[in-house]
Amino acid sequence: MTLSAQGLSVQFGARQVLHDTGFGALRQGQLTALIGPNAAGKSTLFRTIAGLIKPQSGTVSIHGQDLAQLGVKARLDRVCFMPQFFTANAALSVFDVVLMAQKQLAGWRVSTDDMTAVAQHLHNSGIGHLAEANIGELSGGQAQLVSVCQALTRKADVYLFDEPTSALDLRHQLEVMTRIRTAIKDRNAIGIVALHDLNLAARYADHLLLIGNGKIRAQGAPAEVLSDPLIAETYEVAIETAQGPRKELNVHAYVEHSAA
Amino acid sequence: MVDLSSDQDVAVSALVHGYKSRNARRAALLLAVLAALCLLVIVDVMTGPARLSFADVLSVLFNPSAATAQQKVIIWDLRLPIALMALCIGAMLGIAGAGMQTILNNPLADPFTLGLSSAASFGAALAISLQWSLIPGAGVYFITGNAFVMAMLTSLALYGFTRLRGVTPEAMILVGIAMLFTFNALLALLQYGASELELAQIVFWQLGSLARASWGKVLTCVVVLAIVLPYFMSQTWSLTALRMGEEKAASLGVNVSVLRLTVLAGVSLLAAVAVSFVGAVAFVGLVGPHIARIVVGEDQRGFLPLSAFAGALIMAGTSIASKAITPGVIYPIGMITSLIGIPFFISLILSQRQRHWQ
Repeated sequence: MTLSAQGLSVQFGARQVLHDTGFGALRQGQLTALIGPNAAGKSTLFRTIAGLIKPQSGTVSIHGQDLAQLGVKARLDRVCFMPQFFTANAALSVFDVVLMAQKQLAGWRVSTDDMTAVAQHLHNSGIGHLAEANIGELSGGQAQLVSVCQALTRKADVYLFDEPTSALDLRHQLEVMTRIRTAIKDRNAIGIVALHDLNLAARYADHLLLIGNGKIRAQGAPAEVLSDPLIAETYEVAIETAQGPRKELNVHAYVEHSAA
Repeated sequence: MVDLSSDQDVAVSALVHGYKSRNARRAALLLAVLAALCLLVIVDVMTGPARLSFADVLSVLFNPSAATAQQKVIIWDLRLPIALMALCIGAMLGIAGAGMQTILNNPLADPFTLGLSSAASFGAALAISLQWSLIPGAGVYFITGNAFVMAMLTSLALYGFTRLRGVTPEAMILVGIAMLFTFNALLALLQYGASELELAQIVFWQLGSLARASWGKVLTCVVVLAIVLPYFMSQTWSLTALRMGEEKAASLGVNVSVLRLTVLAGVSLLAAVAVSFVGAVAFVGLVGPHIARIVVGEDQRGFLPLSAFAGALIMAGTSIASKAITPGVIYPIGMITSLIGIPFFISLILSQRQRHWQ
């Protein structure tokens, strides 16, 4: 099973966000990091894959099957998308929110199995102590942990995470990335994570997708993509990579001051 | 390793236990409110010019053959339809408010603020002052019929607005408020040209009254509830998901625009029927859901029933108060819901710590 996209164009009014772009086969059990500067089209690409936006042209396919042929519901059963933000002013507990994903929006009755599954997910995500907390009372980081937990509760073939670590402290960043990578491996699913932190991308991803100005610029193993001159051009900074103290790939960025 | 997994088991079962006990508490609360509602119906039937004791009411209700003819008429023909009507209208307005607040993501949404009530008042005024009937052959029900038609037309207009591209829930509320002022102005125009007698009738209609209750109307309310409620119940998770934001709901598989439209249709039917039967009763549709939200939160499996019960509780209390304040006088219910309900509501808001709308 692989995920690929060809010729995607998305336009909002006069503004073109994705320009006739696509990516080659992403494999099962692999975690891909989608990297690129602000407003490059990362969220739009995710929404297009999830089917929340209809592209003006192009296709997204899982193992050769065009996802556009599936209904909205069937498509979302195969593709699980975690949006970047959720409004958290509702009077719902963290348990309710994860239960909602466990129930896949169907069936009034909640069985003990459902409750146990939700409790296990909460515990494994390290947010068991927040189960009864109201989602409106959570800090930004806690809300993000809940959001990741909710997404991982669902069963899907493809998981898309839009910046799951942007509000987290160091330890939680590493924990969440480990959890996502393990889940993708264990479920033999296809995972894409949009990240701003290139070091996290280098350490956790098996594969990188570089997007800039609405086009996928490069695709490949982290070491290759990160040393490609395209990445410096896309981010408009100079990028150097080095080996870290534990043989991990470290990425360093420098702003080049022009002589003028 | 073994210790670790048993640690996990303990933590997991504690979480499950916590959720179960919260569920049990919620179920017990709903049952208690239901019992309180039954009690209020009996008290409602007891209250009125002809004094009846609790025992009298029970015996007439459960053993009609033993009652005197006079008691039977008072209870079965006069007071019971009013008491049941109060429950039904309260439940309908509570559910309508809950649905509107959820799909429009706005704490101020209710049949009143979206202009449905003033549209209904305008329809009734058309009937009273100009003798126009919007439904041919409506006969004696032409005032109710007009109110219903105007309320439904207004929600059709709102429905039309949601179909326009780029109309946000916030814009919908503004459109509703625009409707409210439009119909109030039109109503004022009709009142200006009306005779004294007609004016009194229009004002009386607007203030709201349960005195127009009948078994036929109670049955209509029950039928409407029986049509709308099962649909709302089938959408509970989707509605709960919608409260986390449109994108989150959509990513969980909710077809947001279809859900908004169908729930708006159901809500309009509930509100139009309720308002055309008893007049413009403010406050119930707004406050019922807020009470439910404060007490059980917004998991719709608890929120929806409790919104209905809270609405019914307010209306039943209002019905009793309207008769009990001055013996022999029946006050308009619209006034009472506002005057008695608002202090209670404000104290509830001040006593709660969490703010669910920021």
